[in-house]
Amino acid sequence: MAHEHNLAIFQGLLKFKSNTQKIWGVLIFLSIITAVEVVLGIYKPEILMIQVLGMKGLNWIFIILTIVKAYYIAWDFMHLRDEKPALRRVIVWTGVFLISYLMFILLQEGGYIESVFRNGFVTNSF
Amino acid sequence: MDTTVATTGKEGKLWGGGNEPLRASYGKMMMWFFIVSDALTFSGFLAAYGFSRFKFIESWPIADEVFTHVPFFHGSYPMIYVAFMTFILIMSSVTMVLAVDAGHHLNKSKVTWYMFLTIIGGIIFVGSQAWEWNTFIKGEFGAVQTKGGNILQFGKYTTVDGKETFQRVAVADFTIAAKTERVDHESKNGLWFVTESTRPEYSVNEVLEGLKANPEVLVRTQILTEEGHKTVLSREESIKQIADNGKQVVHGANLKVNEYGAPIFADFFFFITGFHGFHVFSGIVINIIVFFNVILGTYEKRRSYEMVEKVGLYWHFVDLVWVFVFTFFYLV
Repeated sequence: MAHEHNLAIFQGLLKFKSNTQKIWGVLIFLSIITAVEVVLGIYKPEILMIQVLGMKGLNWIFIILTIVKAYYIAWDFMHLRDEKPALRRVIVWTGVFLISYLMFILLQEGGYIESVFRNGFVTNSF
Repeated sequence: MDTTVATTGKEGKLWGGGNEPLRASYGKMMMWFFIVSDALTFSGFLAAYGFSRFKFIESWPIADEVFTHVPFFHGSYPMIYVAFMTFILIMSSVTMVLAVDAGHHLNKSKVTWYMFLTIIGGIIFVGSQAWEWNTFIKGEFGAVQTKGGNILQFGKYTTVDGKETFQRVAVADFTIAAKTERVDHESKNGLWFVTESTRPEYSVNEVLEGLKANPEVLVRTQILTEEGHKTVLSREESIKQIADNGKQVVHGANLKVNEYGAPIFADFFFFITGFHGFHVFSGIVINIIVFFNVILGTYEKRRSYEMVEKVGLYWHFVDLVWVFVFTFFYLV
């Protein structure tokens, strides 16, 4: 069992004295991100509503912040940071590869069907 | 010590199970296998949700208008309650890591307390989820479903702080209830082998009469405008739509109808949050079992609290999934 902990986060920018301190530090960080998400979700700043790569800029911000949160939950709460790099890679890259593949295929197909509806190939009037 | 199977007599032997691949014990490795496959299951659900959403991108319900309630408070507070739920779940994740950390120091009383707090956090979360479901099923304003399966909602323009905004109006507030056209069918007063489910509170005709009598009420369709708002119809168009296409009055959401928009939105909401809620529930049950084992001193005798670590992995995973559900259901 891994008793020795890697106590540095943000690429060593922030180093904690004990594992307990690191846990509280990560909690504060995750709470800040959630708070930012909620505030952006309520106010929806007009400037972030521009289209970026087929989606609103704000939605991209939400997705990136979610992945950041997922990273810290997996690395510090599920202590992947303290596991062997090989185990970490097996877990993370399997998921990343399969999930991005599935997402791409289904979203692409959904967009296509939407275009079929919109271009009037199939009518969808009341 | 002899009563538990912490040691197998294979330690140090390269073959025969004595070797720990990637320096992870058997139990931990299997938990990771499970977590990776479960992550793929959840991503399958969320990808299917994304598929349906992209398919109906022009008419998808706006989450901010659907989930606006907070217990014990009146008024519209989008996001607040679900943010609270997220915070509770992250908090219970923290107490779980603290329990694991205390386990590394073989501190039994600390592990007990942190496990207890984790369980409480989980129960609060599941309770909130049940409340959220209840509010969603009950609905708020009600709407009229058209023959084509679309939803027509009602509202009127009001001036708030000098700005003209579209405020929703509940069906019950303007509908003129006519005399009931017929009594409910019951097996004791009609055909005994025929049953009838509860009929909607109002008929479309009553809604139409109410609409005609209230000149300020307008119909809002599901279609999103360029600015991301729902389209509001003109007065004549409103009456025409209800008269020509109205099929039934719906109030709340279930697997077949949904007053907020596409029924598939409700289906995915029930399925994905339900599946997640079931994970939280089973997490609580496993946590309780481990909690009692901690109290009984099972892990103390083993000189290893690895079981707390393994159930902790599962608990954090549930938190991890919620982070994604939160984003894709409530934020995006």
